[in-house]
Amino acid sequence: MSVRQSLLAAAIVSIVAFAISPASAQTLRYANQGELKSLDPYTLKETTTIAHHAHVYEGLVTRDKDLKIVPALAESWETLEPTRWRFHLRKNVKFHNGNPFTADDVIFSADRIRAKGSNFLTNVPADAKFVKIDDYTVDVKLDSPNPILISQWDGWYIMNKKWCEENNAVAPTPASATTPSYASLHENGTGPFMIESHQPGVKTVFKANPNWWRKPEHNLKEIIFTSIGSDATRVAALLSGEVDVVEPVPIQDIQRVNASGTGTVMTGPEIRTIFLGMDQVRDELLYSNVKGKNPFKDIRVREAFYKAIDVELIKSRVMRGLSTPSALMVAPQLYVLSKDFARPKFDPDGAKKLLTEAGYPDGFEVTMDCPNDRYVNDAAICQAVVGMLARIGVKINLLAQPKAQYFAKVLKPGGYQTSFYMLGWTPASSDSHNVLNDILGCRDDPKSSRGEANLGGYCNKKLDEVADKVLQEADTAKRDLLIKEAFEIAAKDFGYIPLHQQALAWGVSKKVKLTQRADNQVLLYWATKQEE
Amino acid sequence: MSEALVPHQAKADTPRKRPLPGSWFARAIESDLFYSFRRSRLTMVATAMTVLFFLLAILASVLAVQNPFDPAQLQLMNSRIAPIWTADGQSPFLLGTDEQGRDVFSAILYGLRISLTVGVLGVLFSGTLGIILGLIAGYIGGAVDGLIMRIADVQLTFPAILIALLVNGVVKSVFGNRLDAMSTLVVLVIAIGLSFWVQYARTVRGSVMVEKNKDYVAAAQLIGLPAWVIMLRHVLPNAMGPILVIATINLALAIITEATLSFLGAGMPDTMPSLGTLIRIGNNYLFAGEWWIVAFPGIALAALILSINLLGDWLRDALNPKLR
Repeated sequence: MSVRQSLLAAAIVSIVAFAISPASAQTLRYANQGELKSLDPYTLKETTTIAHHAHVYEGLVTRDKDLKIVPALAESWETLEPTRWRFHLRKNVKFHNGNPFTADDVIFSADRIRAKGSNFLTNVPADAKFVKIDDYTVDVKLDSPNPILISQWDGWYIMNKKWCEENNAVAPTPASATTPSYASLHENGTGPFMIESHQPGVKTVFKANPNWWRKPEHNLKEIIFTSIGSDATRVAALLSGEVDVVEPVPIQDIQRVNASGTGTVMTGPEIRTIFLGMDQVRDELLYSNVKGKNPFKDIRVREAFYKAIDVELIKSRVMRGLSTPSALMVAPQLYVLSKDFARPKFDPDGAKKLLTEAGYPDGFEVTMDCPNDRYVNDAAICQAVVGMLARIGVKINLLAQPKAQYFAKVLKPGGYQTSFYMLGWTPASSDSHNVLNDILGCRDDPKSSRGEANLGGYCNKKLDEVADKVLQEADTAKRDLLIKEAFEIAAKDFGYIPLHQQALAWGVSKKVKLTQRADNQVLLYWATKQEE
Repeated sequence: MSEALVPHQAKADTPRKRPLPGSWFARAIESDLFYSFRRSRLTMVATAMTVLFFLLAILASVLAVQNPFDPAQLQLMNSRIAPIWTADGQSPFLLGTDEQGRDVFSAILYGLRISLTVGVLGVLFSGTLGIILGLIAGYIGGAVDGLIMRIADVQLTFPAILIALLVNGVVKSVFGNRLDAMSTLVVLVIAIGLSFWVQYARTVRGSVMVEKNKDYVAAAQLIGLPAWVIMLRHVLPNAMGPILVIATINLALAIITEATLSFLGAGMPDTMPSLGTLIRIGNNYLFAGEWWIVAFPGIALAALILSINLLGDWLRDALNPKLR
């Protein structure tokens, strides 16, 4: 844009702003390393995407600044009996197109989120039956008691039945879809913002919803979201004032941003666990030079991989100290007994011996899938892992890709096409059961949604049994011990290689005030910006 | 530019006034070309630099302190060490190390090897393709000529980098993610080759159009030589001058194209970096004050391109009779 054009645009924007909104309403520009592809809230269960959708869609419940479940579209709820919950819906809520929000929308959304193609199957249990009592009351009947039924409902956004039917969007859009559906290009939520324009993967403009049922805490009139993949460019954009909020700030640049005077970096521990997974289901790996058998089915190979990785070195060198090495698949903030677990010692010689015992004295070759714009220093961590495994003779072909391609390949809709991969997981329920069910649960039953995100298909029936007990146990102390039992099984099996919990690093302009939530959802409806 | 060079080609056939005795070396020493080379100091420096870069690339495995393509040789402990002359420098890492503990100097040598391999192979591929198509178009003429030259015209309307990105993208989506580093290299060569053939084709076609009506071609046709022999043995040698110039300048362009593709993340993978990949990786650490990761590969690339371009410029002037 030329200077004259931008002046003109600025003039028009300020005139319009002056004319139609209160003088304090601001434009906030936000850049993330990853892109926003689909607007369909059931396509991709990934924190950044869920957070984007949270601006336009709402669930029956939501989480507050401390991650506590609070009412949203459901005003209140009660448990009539252990297997029967009643939800009282909020009245006078309208979708962005003006349609009223009613019980029909809840029942429709409950079906849609559990339909084929949805990435959110585990958010709403398969045994939950939704019954409409009247327009503003819904009952949920369960086969067995489930005290944490609503713990993942903050990520279950309610869609409008009528709008979906009118626009041929009744079925959820799968992540692997090659042509966008109507719902992936348009939205119709009840949330604080409406989408004015959406260029998938490039730029999305959110406009404040004047008819929102809640009193806004923000003072924004619009949010302009762009994706800036390059770390250096993203930081430069923050420092030059071109954008107001960036996520993440690469850890090597934190000092620079804090010293700049234009912005600060909000850091804190994140509850996301970064880990490595191995395909233990197929009889022959998809991407390996070992034919006729699957080396990862051998527990010694998995143990060797675990012991060959020096996670402390990754912490000091790649993460520059900003990570917490983890022995567990869940963050210590979410599980009190996590201190009882310790990682097996880093032991490359022992690892080499294990490989030899397993029949691979010269190692073998396998392809590793890794995102390169999703987690903090993800590709660099993978490269470090490649180096460490090379030292025990395992040759890794690293395939580091942008998250859109990565997820389309390795997740369920893509057919779990991976042999060895890196993933990060934040339990949507802020509870260990989510990890036991989604990540560590067997995925051999195609009808069950257990093991949805268990990309390698690690399976131990004993663990599943314990996990089911965890789900129904109401006594906290007993429950924690059951969780411990389950995690111990997984650790003994070397089913996964947990690496660390990363640190949050949001770059925020001095003009902006923001609330940082430990699940790394950038929620700008809590943002205020000083007048320019 | 290339069309303008065509008319003087007739001169190449005219017999030399003084037949030179002795070896090809003596002939080379006394040639006009060498005379002009000796008179230009800049060209000599550029040649020396180019030769040096090729030598560095060839001898990479001898000169480098580690093989940066072998992950087993990289020690994460040695990551982000500053160049040796700074306070935090450490032997043997002459130009420092990157975030994976890769020695920047070794990475540049191996990266040069990749860049030059892709460049040279890309030029050979595009040259062969362009020459063949140009010969066919010029010699056969008619509809074939029209078809080939219209394709060339259409392609000229796109920037070469766009074609290379397109080819690269199509191949990658067809083969999915099964490509290893070696086949990525082949894909790069093909992508670059397909983006640069037009100039050769147009130049060769022009020369052929001029040459094919001359008596020596008619004579060759009369004694019944097949068309391809006439094209390759009789016509082509008279078009070699401008092809050489284009090839030299295209070598620089091909290297830049490869670097651009790698910089954009569409080229060589991080585990087998070319100069462009190194610059992309290093770019992330610029703000953090770790300048050496990006600066040295950048300087190496700039110096390489500059010297090849200077060489190409001189060659163009030296072979242009109007400037003599």
